[in-house]
This record gives sequence, structure tokens and C-alpha cells, in this order.
Amino acid sequence: MINVRIPTPLRTLTRDQEVVSATGTTVSEIIDDLQSNYPGIKERICTGNGELHRFLNVYLNDEDIRFRDGTATALNAGDELSIIPAIAGG
Amino acid sequence: MVEQRRFFSGLKCRECGRPYPGKALYVCEYCFGPLEVEYDYALIGDSLSREKIEARRKSMWRYRELLPVAGDISVGADVGFTPLVRAKRLAAEWGVREVWLKNDSVNFPTLSFKDRVVSVAVNRARELGFKVISCASTGNLANSVAAQSASAGMQSFVFIPHDLEDGKILCSSIYGTKVVGIRGTYDQVNRLCAEIAGRYGWGFVNINLRPYYAEGSKSMGFEIAEQLGWRIPDHVVVPMAGGSLITKVDKAFDEFAKLGLVPHKTAKIHGAQAQNCAPIVNAFRAGSDVVRPIAEPNTIVKSLAIGNPADAHYALQTISGSGGSGVAASDAETIAGIELLARTEGVFAETAGGVVVAAAIKLLASGQVKPDESLVLCITGNGLKTKEALHGRHELKTTIKPSLAEFESLIETESPTKEWK
Repeated sequence: MINVRIPTPLRTLTRDQEVVSATGTTVSEIIDDLQSNYPGIKERICTGNGELHRFLNVYLNDEDIRFRDGTATALNAGDELSIIPAIAGG
Repeated sequence: MVEQRRFFSGLKCRECGRPYPGKALYVCEYCFGPLEVEYDYALIGDSLSREKIEARRKSMWRYRELLPVAGDISVGADVGFTPLVRAKRLAAEWGVREVWLKNDSVNFPTLSFKDRVVSVAVNRARELGFKVISCASTGNLANSVAAQSASAGMQSFVFIPHDLEDGKILCSSIYGTKVVGIRGTYDQVNRLCAEIAGRYGWGFVNINLRPYYAEGSKSMGFEIAEQLGWRIPDHVVVPMAGGSLITKVDKAFDEFAKLGLVPHKTAKIHGAQAQNCAPIVNAFRAGSDVVRPIAEPNTIVKSLAIGNPADAHYALQTISGSGGSGVAASDAETIAGIELLARTEGVFAETAGGVVVAAAIKLLASGQVKPDESLVLCITGNGLKTKEALHGRHELKTTIKPSLAEFESLIETESPTKEWK
């Protein structure tokens, strides 16, 4: 099982849950599993061709998955994924 | 001022165009695109004129129809309208006709351009009912949040990487804010703050107040155009961290042109970053719109050390769309830039200013800026806050007894040609 942290704008789809669990061996599989439990969530996270939205950051534990293999990044039981919108600042 | 409310109606997703109310919202629920303030430009056009602006107080709020605050300005009424300095000695050094410094190193109250964005954010936060103001920051933003929250009588929390310059830490803590140092990079601070913002009902200026906050940066562009005598320069060099300022300077010029306040003429807008943290410049050079984040920025330019810039995509569009360029400066070039600006113009900029000066030198060398064109450098912060970058270079080297004889002997040694006499 993988815990997935859900950002505020998507919690209407997860019945207000901040953290949900999902099964899968890659980030892509987790997104598909989320979609089966929380219909509509995949199209909010991904563009039509299955890529993550440009303004969304996904972290595996503490690391941006763009430093790993993107949505193909492999996961192990006990990992945590965080979905976080891009943040401005300086 | 009840009238102001009519000038902006709400928010709109910059990507998919979905409308949102003018609340503390910052991303589109459907595509995660950033939300932008929607203005009624027809109404603003009827109301605003050069004469009307010129008759107002000299602060960023002289453009208030184009800034998203509904009521009276209760904090930061004196922010902005910093000097636009004609840099004649720098121009002579470079062999260029016209160089200007937009000098936000003397902005009020905390000596950086961030006073502009925070002034908008804190006023809007009050209107939206927030009691606590917060931010993630590389230093300058935290300073301004701390100071302007204090003057508004509001509580604040600021989150910064723990290893910032001493001046940046002092210039937050002095105002009585709660400073929390995070043992990590700015991007990790930001991520934590996104999670805190989701759990606490605080007004985070760079997160849930971002659409309002970001608009404050436009005032730098408005002032450049007005202070040049209501014209747009040929070139502007802007430092890039999160990449928002460069897009807002561009937007300011567009809005002034749309409202007929300046002749319609486009500036080439160039973005400058530190070489060891240049994700936007790297993408520009690669001709790519995919920005690869930098995991561990390693540069003396801490104010620009954002490895995962939120507005990178739009910053790239601004650079390419305006015919500008992305330029990176090494730490050594940055220090040389700070010293050149101080020596020629008497302006002591922080490290980001050194990056901008170094970038201008490269743009001139490569012929992208021609000697007969006008060039504006955006100096966004003050050198006293980043003294560490100059460590060991400007220590007191000469001391003597309080004796005229010692002074005479010193001047004989230092300047035997008697040029001082």
C-alpha cells in the first residue's frame, strides 16, 4: 500500500480525506488505482495524453519524481506520494 | 473607496479560462493552472489618464485601478515609486547611449521589490478576513511580510531556508515575526508551506494570496514606463527566481499600451539567473519549454536560488515572445557586477543585482543590446543584506593614529604623485 497526500483542490473527490491509500508499483499505476476509487481524479491530475499537468509537482517521499523516472518511477510498500501544486515565491 | 471594487471582478484560470470568485484561491481545481486577476479594462480606460496618475502621491498606489485591492489602502501606502536613475557612468564604461537603473534597493520599507507584492497581499488579506500572514521565502519576501504585518498590527510567520545571510534573518526577526528556519532548500520550504497552508487558515502571500500578490510586481513596470516619460524602453533585464516578476513587468507594459498610456512598442525582456541555479535559462538555451528543476542550488545568489520555479513556463514565454534572452552569471561575475555598479553609480545592490549587471554585460558583448538602444536594469534588492557574498573583499585596510604627520606620510606612500593636493 502507498499513502497519497491529496492537495486541497482535489479533496472534494476524496471525500475530504487529506491522505488516501492506493496500490500499484509505479506512479502511473497509483494514479489509475486512485481513478478507480475516486472517479474523475485522473483527468484532474493528468492531461489528455496521460502526462502530469505542468503546474503539478509529485514527490516520492521527499524527492520530486522528475529527478527519478517521472510517472514510471517505481514504488515500494510504505512509500508516500505527495501531490502538490506549483508554488510561487522568493 | 467603494469605486475601486468595480475595476476587478474576480479570478480566472490562466490555462483553461475557468472563472473563480475573488477569494483566497490560487490554482484551478481542474487543470492546476495559476489563477489571475480579471480586470475591466474598458472601465479602467475611462477612468485612468496620465494626468490623473501624475497628480497622485508618489507610490505604487498611483496605479491602484490596476492593482487588486477593493477598498482603502491600509498598509504600505508609501511603497514604490523608487528612483529610476540615469546611469551615465555605467553607460560610458559600456559605450552605450542610455542605461537606467530601476532602483528598488531603496524601496520602502524593507529595501527590495518584494515590498510591492506584500503591500498588495496584506491589504487583500485584510479584506478577505485573514488574521495571520505567512510566506515561504529566500529572504526578501520574509523581510517585507514581517515589516508590513507589523505595521498592520497582524501576526506573521515566515519560513526560510536556515542558512540564509545574517542580514536577511535579522531584517525579519527585528519586526517581531516568528521566523522558522527549515533545514532544506527553498523548494523544500515551499513544499512544507503548501502543506501548512492546506491545514492552517493563514494568508500565505505566495500561496493562497498569490494571484493578488503577484500583481504587485506590475508596479515596477508601470513606474519604469512613467519615469521614462511615458515610454517603453528597448530592453529590460530582470532577475528570475520563481519567474513571476519578469512576466509582470511585461504585463505592465502591455496594460499601459492597451490603455493608451504609452505608444504601443514592445521591449525585449531578458531574464537573468545565477549559473548554478538557472533552470529557466537552461530551458531557454535548449529551446525547450520543459523546465528541469535543480535539486541542490549552489550559489552565493541565495535570493534567486529557486530550483523549481513556479512561473518558469510563463517566464520562458515572456522572454521568447518579447525577443529577449536568458542569461546566466557565475558567482565571480556576480561579485564583479555588484562592485562595478557601486563604483560607477553609487548603488550597492544585493547579489541578484550583480547577476543583472553581469547579464547586461553579456547581452552587450553578444550584440543583443546595441549601443544606441535604451536599457533598463531592474535592481531588486539591497547589498547590505547580502554582505557575506563580499566577505574579505572590503575590510578596513588602512588605520593610522590621529596625527597629521601620520596622514601626510600615508598619502606620500599611497599617492606620491601628489594628485590629492
